[in-house]
Amino acid sequence: MHFALTLLLLAAVLALSWRYLGSYLEAVYSGRVRWLSGAERVAYRLLGVDPGREQRWREYAVSLVLFSGASLLFTYALLRLQGQLPLNPQHLRAASPLLSWNTAVSFLTNTNWQNYAGETTMSYLSQMAALTVQQFTSAAVGMAVAIALVRGFSRAGASTIGNFWVDTVRGCLYVLLPIAFVAGALFVAQGAVQTLAGPVLIHDVLNGATQLIPRGPVGFMESIKQLGTNGGGFFNANGADPLENPTQLTNLLSVALLLCIPVALTYTFGKMVGSRRQGLALLAAMGLIFAVWTGFTGYAESQPNPAVAAAGVVAQPQGNMEGKEVRFGVLDSTLYDVASTQTSTGSVDSTPDSYTPMGGFGLLTGMMLGEITPGGDGSGLYTLLLFAIIAVFIGGLMVGRTPEYLGKKIQAREVKLASLGVLVMPVTVLVITGIATALPAGRAGAFNSGPHGFTEILYALTSQGNNNGSAFAGLNGNTAFYNLAGGVDMLVGRFGVMLPVLALAGALAGKQAIPGSLGTFRTDNATFVVLLLGVILIVGGLTFFPALSLGPLLEQLSHGRFF
Amino acid sequence: MLTDRRTLAVISQLRSAVLLAVGAILLFGLAYPFAGTGVSQLLFPHQANGSLTARGSTLVGQPWTGPQWFHGRPDPDNPLRLDGAPGASGGTNLGPRSRQLVAAVRAGAAKLRGMGVQPTADLVTTSGSGIDPDITPQDALAQVAMVSRSTGIPESRLRRLIRTMTVGPELGFLGPSYIDVLQLNSALARIR
Repeated sequence: MHFALTLLLLAAVLALSWRYLGSYLEAVYSGRVRWLSGAERVAYRLLGVDPGREQRWREYAVSLVLFSGASLLFTYALLRLQGQLPLNPQHLRAASPLLSWNTAVSFLTNTNWQNYAGETTMSYLSQMAALTVQQFTSAAVGMAVAIALVRGFSRAGASTIGNFWVDTVRGCLYVLLPIAFVAGALFVAQGAVQTLAGPVLIHDVLNGATQLIPRGPVGFMESIKQLGTNGGGFFNANGADPLENPTQLTNLLSVALLLCIPVALTYTFGKMVGSRRQGLALLAAMGLIFAVWTGFTGYAESQPNPAVAAAGVVAQPQGNMEGKEVRFGVLDSTLYDVASTQTSTGSVDSTPDSYTPMGGFGLLTGMMLGEITPGGDGSGLYTLLLFAIIAVFIGGLMVGRTPEYLGKKIQAREVKLASLGVLVMPVTVLVITGIATALPAGRAGAFNSGPHGFTEILYALTSQGNNNGSAFAGLNGNTAFYNLAGGVDMLVGRFGVMLPVLALAGALAGKQAIPGSLGTFRTDNATFVVLLLGVILIVGGLTFFPALSLGPLLEQLSHGRFF
Repeated sequence: MLTDRRTLAVISQLRSAVLLAVGAILLFGLAYPFAGTGVSQLLFPHQANGSLTARGSTLVGQPWTGPQWFHGRPDPDNPLRLDGAPGASGGTNLGPRSRQLVAAVRAGAAKLRGMGVQPTADLVTTSGSGIDPDITPQDALAQVAMVSRSTGIPESRLRRLIRTMTVGPELGFLGPSYIDVLQLNSALARIR
């Protein structure tokens, strides 16, 4: 009953964000928002960019790749040099080259996979200047690419799709910075730490315990970690750590923050293509999958933990509390983890590795569907649009008409690019998972035995290939193999989708718009939503079912066996 | 000629790329967290510094042993490591069909039964953070008889104490009710 009210409040917040943040985003990217135009002008002058000059898709892509390369180098350098740099009260040494590579790629690609424990590995300067920075820019880049693709639909006979520098700067300044700052203050007000003073030593005379409590600039990283659908937390336990996610209120705030931009972008999309119904159709597909997965995973976690029951503690009134925090309980914990796996955020407030087999299945499959429900900032919308193009194509084949989407003819080039964008993730994930299970170095990473150990490996590579960052954290990822393979997985999962999307944006923008007629296949009604859901579920289901059957499904079916 | 122009264009873009990366580090990596720290220290100094009391942080669980205290969850004492750096927070990551988890829960339950406490699920499972500061009212009530026997405080007094220390759900519906173990035991110490 209580939980229904929580969901209702969340839905209300998201509805407001859909309508108003969505409309604001459209105004930001079309240049009508100007309250920081002074700062914007200074930025363009320093960058040597003419904001009035638009780019063709190739130039847009080159800018994006060059900026990503520069960001990668700086992040890597900061992590390697942290021992010599200030703001390092714990005198932590440099991160190893392979760990720095994996971490730099991870934050660059909006993944935030973490093969390290923040409070024992990263100096305050690294957390701030290497990692928090990327949490802003990677989200802004994702949003920029989504907007560029939508421009491809909304323009006709155009050669350009926008200006990468302008889109990125605007996303950072007008959207991420103000919301993250206000939300950061809320986190701290509730109890998240935010200080540059080092850890503090406290002795409790009651129980004789002495604790060294880690601290740092946490609260304001927490807000952008969620808002930017990044997920990389300051502490090892991520959102489960009470110093990072202290109360039930911050827990719900986190869920709202990570969902708000991906949800709002469907409104932005509708407004830009001149029909809100088109955006609503995409939102409906996202919302339906999200609701079913939340219900399924919540139900699975409300069941008793089999290992705890086998040990004689049969009464588990809330369900599976292993790896969960008392202040959140089972349902709110599950909501957080489902929302973060379905948005490419990957933050956790409870331990996925300790979820029931079907609970873990819920989280894992949420990522395998391609992070589109609603997906990450920008990446959710552009990946879903790839699925929409394939759905339109299949619909066109079924009725024997040339497929059109939003007034644009969908022809061979578009279908090829969309298929490439949709298939690159499953191919990368499955190939690298295959390699990992074939090599001793890959198998050595698993912490649990039996099918659960395989799930740890599959989960890790699915998470990185989808730029999610959620982990079955028992896996020991800080090895040469996982640092290297994971880095490749994340890079391909990010740029292997982004670049086809930009090419698609260019191809679409150049086409003339054809006016809709009675014969046009509608893409703003329930039929289309069902078709789109079918495509998403069939592509995800068919590619991953064999792997899933070796992991969570086998574990669920092995009644009474322990490994 | 054409390739030259293209090369020049790429060099100019490379310049913009490096400058934007540096600018982002200055703005989001330094100015933003510094400003956030300033605001936090000014408006919420207690929270921003870790919700510290004389006996520890109310947000970080502590190990409680002996029948005279209410016990929290059996989390590993990660942050207590004192080799110069704090330990890392985090859960056990044991899966739902792990023999190790069966053994750990069995041992925890036996220990509680030995102290006269009927084990509840929260008191034999570990948390996601490894430093869960809270227990549910039911977990506290299960320990009333033990604490009363060892301290001489009547059970009814302890039950009243548990009721007054229970917080949540926030807004009346967010999550379950819970009790901060450090604050509960501090109040217990005052009664004695």
